[in-house]
Parts: sequence; structure tokens; C-alpha cells
Amino acid sequence: MSKQQWPLFEIFVRAKSGLSHRHVGSLHAADEVMALDHARDLYTRRGEGVSIWVVRSSAITASDPFDADSLFDPAEDKIYRHPTFYEVPDGVENL
Amino acid sequence: MYTQGLDQQGDSLKSVDEATRLAAFQKRIDAEDKIEPRDWMPEAYRKTLIRQISQHAHSEIVGMLPEGNWITRAPSLRRKAILLAKVQDEAGHGLYLYSACETLGISRDELIDQLLTGKAKYSSIFNYPTLTWADIGAIGWLVDGAAIMNQIPLCRCSYGPYARAMVRVCKEESFHQRQGFEIMLALSRGNDEQKRMAQDALNRWWWPSLMMFGPSDKDSKHSAQSMAWKIKRFTNDELRQKFVDVTVPQAHFLGLEIPDADCQWNDDTGHWDFGEIDWTEFKEVLAGNGPCNRERLQARQDAHDNGAWVREAARAYAEKQARRNAA
Repeated sequence: MSKQQWPLFEIFVRAKSGLSHRHVGSLHAADEVMALDHARDLYTRRGEGVSIWVVRSSAITASDPFDADSLFDPAEDKIYRHPTFYEVPDGVENL
Repeated sequence: MYTQGLDQQGDSLKSVDEATRLAAFQKRIDAEDKIEPRDWMPEAYRKTLIRQISQHAHSEIVGMLPEGNWITRAPSLRRKAILLAKVQDEAGHGLYLYSACETLGISRDELIDQLLTGKAKYSSIFNYPTLTWADIGAIGWLVDGAAIMNQIPLCRCSYGPYARAMVRVCKEESFHQRQGFEIMLALSRGNDEQKRMAQDALNRWWWPSLMMFGPSDKDSKHSAQSMAWKIKRFTNDELRQKFVDVTVPQAHFLGLEIPDADCQWNDDTGHWDFGEIDWTEFKEVLAGNGPCNRERLQARQDAHDNGAWVREAARAYAEKQARRNAA
């Protein structure tokens, strides 16, 4: 029995023009062309998309969940980045 | 990226007290937070999920066999196209689930190995034969019906990739049950022989369908922990009762009889009562002694062996192309 499994690909599908590609899952394939074929069979059997991206899983660099606090918490206390932070007196319009 | 989840459990956490980590994990679960592949999780949570998701994936794959048996003999082109699409869906569901399982750090090869060596189980229902066309109706109606009952709560499972796969599966599965019921409906409106076929299929598939929900709560060794971890949302017996409650009236609509003398409406409980399940049969089939266990595994083994040269050739071709492009 062959112990060499095909590499893993992450699949992204654009549901319709105007929307961005969205991660839908992954699959194994020998190469990119086969990954596209398989993605078409596996993830668009009911007209779920108009375009497919396949990316080798090994090509993705991801943030570490253990860094989540240091990466994302600093944004939480910067409420001045949101328009609701600012005072708009009654009577002022179009601001 | 998903399959690299295991390398996150390095030394950085050794200093943290195991109990504290477990408590923090349970807190996330209780708050309905989803666990993702690279998050810390207790080893037992990971193992439980691998066992459950892989069983589920194997069931989808082996489940293609009893139905595949009738693709070439479907009674009309319409039925044939539908059955083909349904069996294709089952393959798809198996693949979504294998991918979800791999995010827990086990490889596809290991998973396939576990199926072929008999180390991993699959749903006992697929070890029963499909003797007549009515069985295809009964499978869609009862087996897929029971599966949907089981799977809808899994869409809210605490493990993100499993929950996402299940959302997809459930969306696709809803036509499966209806097409099965439609087959039963056509037969039950047919001539006497067709009606007999429908009843015979119900007689053979009813009890195995009830067994699909697994052992009774008092004998289910995994239930309590899986409920606490929100891998399961309802107990086996709760789901089984739900299934009986929705299915009995459907059988009556078809003019069919549930093959259970104890099956009657209970005004006090507001549920349909049903008789004791033959757990000896359940255990026998799980242990490999059902009518088709050997045949099913042999079919998987043959498919795997006969496909080996294709997998190898595709890999060799990909490597050659990669070398050419590099040169």
C-alpha cells in the first residue's frame, strides 16, 4: 500500500461575481490542476460558485492562537477609531 | 495548514497548571465559543473527536455501497439520476468529514488504514443488504432520516471544522430523505406486490435504523463527557425517541405497519412507545458478524488496492511536471 498521500490544498470559492473568495474546506490532490478538478466536484455540486482558488496548505502562514491576545487586544482600547467615539452636537448635520 | 495543529502544544505551556488549562477550556465551551484546530484542547477531547468524526466519515463512504448496488437497476432514468447524485453526495460528505478529522492531527492514510484494518468502526446499518428497490426507498426515508436527526445538533458542535462540515452535510442531506420517502410513496400507491415490497423493506430496516442512534443511555460510555464538551447535544435515547415520534406517523401515512407490537401512542408521555431493541444483534453487527460486514470491507479494500496505481501515477506525473517547471 502506498504510504505517500497526496498533498493537502485549501479551497476558496467565489459564490458570485462581486463577492470575495471564501474558504470552504480542503482536499488532497496530486497537483494544482487536479485540486481544481476535485474542488469543482466536491464543493460546487449545487452551483455554489463561479470561481475557485486552490492553495497548497503548506503555503499558508497562520498566526498562532497563543499570540491572539498580544495581536488583537491592543485594538480593543482604541475606541477613537470608531466614528461613534466623537461628539456630534444636535443641529450639526451631514457629518 | 489544518493538519499542523499538533505542533502547537510545545513547551510554552508546560509551566501552566493542567487543571487551569482544562478549566479555561471548559469555560470556552460553556460560553459556546468554538474550538479551532490550532487551539489548545485536552488530549481526550481530540481523541474523542477523531474517533467520532472518522467513524462518521467511514460511514459515509461505506454507506455508498448498499445504494450503489441499485444504481444500474434503478427503475427509471429519473430515479437513476437521483440515486447517482445521492451516492455522489455521500462521497462528498465522507471527504468533508475526513478533512475535518485531519485538522485534529491525524493523516488521511492513517484514517483509511484504520477503516481497512477494522480498527475504526462505521455505522452498523451499512452491514445490511439491499435486496429490493424498496430498500433504496427505506434507506433514504429511514436511514437518512435517522442520520439527519443525529446530524442537525452536530451543526452546533463545539469543534469548528466538524460543525462547519455538518452544516454543509445537513443542507445537502435534506433531499436524500425526501427522495427515499417518494420511492416508498410510489410503492405504497402501487399494486399489491409493490405494497408488499414497501412493507418488507420497512420490516427489515426499522430496527437497524433505531440501532443507528447507538447504545441506550444507560450503556453509553462516551455520552456524559461528550455532552459536557458539547460534541453531543442530545443523548442517544432522546434522539431515538424523536426519530420514532416523527417517523411512525409517516409510516401510517404510507399505509405501512411498524414491525413492533409495542409501538403505540402514549397519551401520558406524549410520545410513541416502542419495544426493546435487540442489543445482541447490534453488538454482533458491530463486532463484524452482520450480514454484509466482510463484503463491505472487502469492497473498500479492493477499491483501495485497485486505485493504488492511479494514486501513484498521478503523484509521479505531478513530480515530473514540478521538476520540468523548476528546470
